[in-house]
Amino acid sequence: MKKRWYDYLWIVELTYLVLGFFNILFAWLGLLFFFIPLIIAAVWGTKGYCNRYCGRGQIFGLLGGRFGLSRKKDIPRWMKSKWFRYGFLIFFFIMFFQMLWSTYLVFAGVRDLRQAVTLLWTFKLPWHWAYHGTLLHPGVAQFAFGFYSVMLTSTVLGLVTMVLFKPRSWCVYCPMGTMTQLICKARGGRD
Amino acid sequence: MGTGNKRKAAVDTNACVACGCCVKVCPMSAIQVWRGIRAEVDEARCVGCGRCVRECPASVIVLREVQV
Repeated sequence: MKKRWYDYLWIVELTYLVLGFFNILFAWLGLLFFFIPLIIAAVWGTKGYCNRYCGRGQIFGLLGGRFGLSRKKDIPRWMKSKWFRYGFLIFFFIMFFQMLWSTYLVFAGVRDLRQAVTLLWTFKLPWHWAYHGTLLHPGVAQFAFGFYSVMLTSTVLGLVTMVLFKPRSWCVYCPMGTMTQLICKARGGRD
Repeated sequence: MGTGNKRKAAVDTNACVACGCCVKVCPMSAIQVWRGIRAEVDEARCVGCGRCVRECPASVIVLREVQV
């Protein structure tokens, strides 16, 4: 099938993940991966982002498909159930707001900047090499560390389910995907 | 398979996550995501090749015999 420009957006996603290893402030760019799908869903009422532009999905598709790093087994029934998908979305929201709270505490001067990336909401990885101080407030860096943690965690989860199940199993429980589908449903299928 | 029967893709619309993986692999452009909610098969175009069935990350597409 003919390749379109958006079939190469996996390069953008990969670049994003790599840049975070060098300067954590690049993590802010990841807000695009949050707002673009929401805007497409809210304005046009489609999942155009998932369907075409999601670079993360493309990475899983390439690694699991072309590179054969997937068992290509069916995802367990419970993982595609509504309660798991919505539950994971709620869990993701809670962890996201907790991250925003930590950012706020640094902005408020209550807490010092913690230069670590938290993987799977548990493991604190040293990441101090990616931040050398700026004229900006340390809170700006704290958000970057927190946001990059979210992105890295979801990538790792997606890679695990890519290997275990179908390449793009992440799409089944991706919080952004669930959220955009809910927005489209709330629009009641209107144009 | 009896005469007059053909295999067509059928989506469990309630479980579909509308990711669009099926759309990308369909050689006949016979499957589309309807308004970000679910995938829908155009049975007139579907040739029952089963690519979408294999691709679907939620495994909610099956091939079903239909009378034509």
